[in-house]
Amino acid sequence: MAQDTRMLPLKKRSKLHRKNTLIAYSFLAPNFLGFLIITMLPILFTVGLSFLTWNGGVLENMKWAGLDNFAAIFKNFSFQKSDLGITLKNTVFYTLATVPLTILFSLAFALLLNKAVKAASVFRFIFFFPYVASIVAVCTCWNYLLMKYGVVNSFLNSIGFTMTKSWTQSKTLAMWALIIVAVWRYAGYYMVLYIAGLQNIPGELYEAATVDGASAWQKFRKITLPMLTPTTFFVSIMTTIACFKVFDTVILMTDSGPGRATKMLVNYIFDLSFNQIKYGVASAVAMILFAVVLIVTVLQFRVEKKWVNYF
Amino acid sequence: MTTLAVKPQSAEKTIRKIILRALMIVFLLLFTVLALLPFLWMLSSSLKLDKDVFRYPIEWIPSVRHWENYVQIWQRVPLLTYFKNTALLSTGVTVMQVITSSFAAYAFAKLNFKGRDLLFLCYIGTIAIPWQMYMLPQFIMMRYIGLYDTLWALFVLQSFSAFGVFLMRQFFLGIPTELCEAARIDGLNEYGIWARIMLPLSKPAIATLLIFTFVSTWNDFMGPLIYLRSDAVKTIQVGLRRFIQEYTSDYHLIMAASLCSLVPVAVVFLFMQRYFIEGIATTGIKG
Repeated sequence: MAQDTRMLPLKKRSKLHRKNTLIAYSFLAPNFLGFLIITMLPILFTVGLSFLTWNGGVLENMKWAGLDNFAAIFKNFSFQKSDLGITLKNTVFYTLATVPLTILFSLAFALLLNKAVKAASVFRFIFFFPYVASIVAVCTCWNYLLMKYGVVNSFLNSIGFTMTKSWTQSKTLAMWALIIVAVWRYAGYYMVLYIAGLQNIPGELYEAATVDGASAWQKFRKITLPMLTPTTFFVSIMTTIACFKVFDTVILMTDSGPGRATKMLVNYIFDLSFNQIKYGVASAVAMILFAVVLIVTVLQFRVEKKWVNYF
Repeated sequence: MTTLAVKPQSAEKTIRKIILRALMIVFLLLFTVLALLPFLWMLSSSLKLDKDVFRYPIEWIPSVRHWENYVQIWQRVPLLTYFKNTALLSTGVTVMQVITSSFAAYAFAKLNFKGRDLLFLCYIGTIAIPWQMYMLPQFIMMRYIGLYDTLWALFVLQSFSAFGVFLMRQFFLGIPTELCEAARIDGLNEYGIWARIMLPLSKPAIATLLIFTFVSTWNDFMGPLIYLRSDAVKTIQVGLRRFIQEYTSDYHLIMAASLCSLVPVAVVFLFMQRYFIEGIATTGIKG
């Protein structure tokens, strides 16, 4: 008897518990089903496909390939000649240039607007707008601006440079055209994060520094920058991932050219998937993209302790 | 004497302050010009004739303004169809996102169930995985079930995002749990709490998710490039691309059409920018 009475509330409790779990699952279900089918399954599917040979058509055409796909993309690997080498090199170069420049400009925007500029919200809107502006329109416009006889070249020629080519058709400048557009688009977005970061710095720190006779530059170096390191860390992670995904601007501005001078990892995957219809090889490159992003992100978290201050 | 000694120093200080202030204004204006230049050029070129677009020095305000360019573009390609498709898709995706994300976020933020934290970790993890890694299997699946070359494919692909769940959950966490408990005691069930307490309190988060989803669906280029072939279903981004490829040297018309494609997002953004910027600042994320 005694045992029974003790068991009863427990049973009741577990019944209630089960009911709560069911309710929770009913909340989750619509999104989770979509997430499972649209995201999780395809991720696993990519892993599987990278070990198969399949050049489209019916499922029966699939064959086990082992590591052949990886062998194929690493064959004759070189940063000058092989597709994987070139696209890796280009993507890394693009990332290494875009990330610091974006951080620099977004921080500069934020500092300018944080100092209680009149009509800060108007400027915020202006700086942010490139980020939401439609990508095809923006890339086309930049293409025209950077054309052989475009505004930018005409201006540069008038101040003493000799520009004779469209940026997007020059082996060296094409990459910089992409970088300029990327920084121009991203800077306003990350500015918002920096403004939030700046507003989180306690005002007392600056007051104390003023009492101690610190100059504006010293305050910036010793208070603002260190206090912003968490934001900078976050921004660098997000821009790095965004840079590795670059595709739209490449297709719209340089079409991976001239030659393969601006071909990126995602362009390579796209080309293998939808033009050459080599599903297995495309998935192997997708795995490389995944691995590179993972490694870079883990590395960033590893060195985080060395320079990021959490107060 | 002492006042005399102090004065020059403070004068020097004010001068330095004025210089700093002037420098800031110069930079601010410079950045503003850089940010706006492409849009101003777009507007100015869209009112010119094609032969005048690249004339240098630039005539920023054309002496003869060819407003008829804005009439012509609608006749060259089915631009109106593209606009309708994009509006339909963006609205549908946005509504689905807000509903399913806030629904799931409620479970993650306010309910206890087995495996909650692990599942949430899965959600977070996929935000960092580039979509391009698994776009091919998605494409194969979509074609297999016959959604290729329909707007449904993009609707299905973009309606469920881990990002939306993350954003809403972060906001829900900030709403006191006591509110939910009080409502429970008053006899409201969980669905009622979601609809009548959580949603009304989450306007900034909803506005952020709404505008993010709308803008990113409107501007999506790669998805429609992969999925949409026929003109009848194309969205504005791929439609605009077709225009550009077909009328390569009609720079003035291309710029007019481009400018039109900016208008809807500009309007949405203008009306909700306060919430939007607040929302990203508090939840960060999204590249």
